[in-house]
Amino acid sequence: MWDYSEKVREHFFNPRNSGPLENANGTGDVGSIKCGDALRLMLKVNPETEIIEDAHFQTFGCGSAIASSSALTEIIKGKTLDEALQVSNQDIADYLDGLPPEKMHCSVMGREALQAAVANYRGEVWSDDHEEGDLVCKCFAIDAVMIEDTIRANGLKTREEVTNYTKAGGGCSACHEKIEDVLIAVNGRLYSSEPKPNKAPANLPSESPVKPKLTNYQRIRKIEDTLEAIRPMLQRDHGDVTLIEVDGKKIYVALSGACQGCQMEAATLGGIQHKLVEALGELVQVLPVGAMAHN
Amino acid sequence: MKPIYMDNNATTACDPAVVEAMLPFFTEQFGNASSIHSFGAQVGKALKEARGRVQTLLGAAHDSEIVFTSCGTESDSTAILSAIKAQPERRTIITTVVEHPAILTLCDQLEKEGYVVHKLKVNKKGRVDLDEYKSLLGQFGDRVAIVSVMWANNETGTLFPVEEMAEMAHEKGIMFHTDAVQAVGKLPIDLKSTRIDMLSLSGHKLHAPKGIGVLYLRRNTRFRPLLRGGHQERGRRAGTENSASIVGLGVACELAMAHMEAENTVVKRLRDRLERGILGKVPNAFVNGDTLYRLPNTASIAFEYVEGEGILLMLNKQGIAASSGSACTSGSLEPSHVMRAMGIPYTAAHGTIRFSLSRYNTEEEVDRVIAAVPPVIAQLRKLSPYWSGEGPVPNPEQAFQPEYA
Ligand SMILES: Cc1ncc(COP(=O)(O)O)c(C=O)c1O
Repeated sequence: MWDYSEKVREHFFNPRNSGPLENANGTGDVGSIKCGDALRLMLKVNPETEIIEDAHFQTFGCGSAIASSSALTEIIKGKTLDEALQVSNQDIADYLDGLPPEKMHCSVMGREALQAAVANYRGEVWSDDHEEGDLVCKCFAIDAVMIEDTIRANGLKTREEVTNYTKAGGGCSACHEKIEDVLIAVNGRLYSSEPKPNKAPANLPSESPVKPKLTNYQRIRKIEDTLEAIRPMLQRDHGDVTLIEVDGKKIYVALSGACQGCQMEAATLGGIQHKLVEALGELVQVLPVGAMAHN
Repeated sequence: MKPIYMDNNATTACDPAVVEAMLPFFTEQFGNASSIHSFGAQVGKALKEARGRVQTLLGAAHDSEIVFTSCGTESDSTAILSAIKAQPERRTIITTVVEHPAILTLCDQLEKEGYVVHKLKVNKKGRVDLDEYKSLLGQFGDRVAIVSVMWANNETGTLFPVEEMAEMAHEKGIMFHTDAVQAVGKLPIDLKSTRIDMLSLSGHKLHAPKGIGVLYLRRNTRFRPLLRGGHQERGRRAGTENSASIVGLGVACELAMAHMEAENTVVKRLRDRLERGILGKVPNAFVNGDTLYRLPNTASIAFEYVEGEGILLMLNKQGIAASSGSACTSGSLEPSHVMRAMGIPYTAAHGTIRFSLSRYNTEEEVDRVIAAVPPVIAQLRKLSPYWSGEGPVPNPEQAFQPEYA
């Protein structure tokens, strides 16, 4: 079964603010019965102050959908509408100590219910631009619709390009066949990757069949080169990574910007680790700088 | 309290007698059956004995018709791929919409490669229409490489008339395969009196270990191996035999034979008691599938207006293991393809729970589950936008219409 955090389980088994809300003056119904997750969010807003005095939910959905709904009501109670609208799906996931990548849509649904309920209170019409596809890349939680849109918008042709633009397939690589399927669906065919120009600088010894053991200096260079190659993907998501320390098999990095503290931090570190293991040809562990022993 | 396991269609516990019979094959009897020396010879003898036991359970005419594989999925793949390779001029496959992914995913892939796949639809009860089948056979005739129809559906337990369907295929000279992974050990089977050419079974569904399967291959059926290499399994499935598991499967088959009657009386009564008990206490619930023609151990119950994963989490907390008919637990969001094929509404398909029993379940366990389920459903319905007080809100489908439904 799912690897739910304690917090998710706790909110599922003891949901806060469930059931109908008397005198609600803003209601948002979102979700998809087809997909098995739908939510009604009910708000009681003070018309003078625009403060959310109470919030309740009713949810048809899985454990994390119920937990996300419960978390959402707790987060927004006491906030003004404008403050509440700043709450992102990441905030909901963080409040629950994270959600499995397959379940991130539950937090997205929470955020959309909030937008819908606020629109309803304000007498506006909310329409969603929501579309969600099958999860393709589990390392970075990227779905098929996102990949399709990116392929179309940028005229992508190869799996490598998809990885560079979306991060999908940049981790364990198990989803490469699925990414190729999406490419075929969009482009009608699969283009073969460009033959890679030999980029190895002339002064480095050519690859011998038996890999020589790297010197410490070479090893760190290699780590830096690998991080350099990943950087553009992170920057596209307004994040970045810096190498802090290499301690034997432990490689400490600092994530910054949008990557820092985000729910996807673990997944991002996992993705970086895969790349480094590949590049170095040895098992290493990538850890956040916070995990460094203070001595 | 001792946990209650009612997910035997997912996998079963190894019978202790199976484990005991296997253990020597990890230690003193580790030899390779192909070796000349005595280490190998003993193992060879044990494999022969196991093969005979599988033959008996299946009612096969010859023990050489039993080919050991690594799992049900491998047997399914071997059967279909063999049929299309051995008859390259035939490029059509007939199957059903409710097969296990071991068949469906493979067929989808073959479709991409240019094969034509016809999937028989099912009605509300999960039954196929034999007239539709007959007209497909007539229409495609000698273009059909193979018909593959499951003997019993894993989600609902619904049985398919595979003996009759095999007969109909045979009349047209078409090969017939059945995925009997859920049927073997639960129903009496006598292959020699049928026209079934190939059959898949999987050890871990009948109290043998995981990672062992069988492809039954009727003598004189045209065949192309999936794995080529050594001469094991008479060259039809290369790779050194998984001797411990084969021996375990042999014992499991013998036990299944001995318990066949109990499975269809004692276990069936427990299943019926469970179903009646739950339906008697929970409103807006119903049984999925063909209740007149199904496996004796399976109960698929739809609880309207709640979602299955929540039910499973709450049951799990009370030490009760079952599984859900919604694929939410597998990461995909759509309800199971079986529920959709039967036209079960989304609000019920997502709330479907499968209880699958075995000879290890007791009446006391059944009664504990009957007591545990109603409060769980009531608690989740309290959270549901479709529910109010004691029943569904009036016009549930109109009362709650979320955006992007
Ligand atoms: C009907 C059916 N076919 C095939 C399989 C796959 O068997 P295995 O897990 O041994 O590959 C299963 C098991 O889940 C099944 O229920």
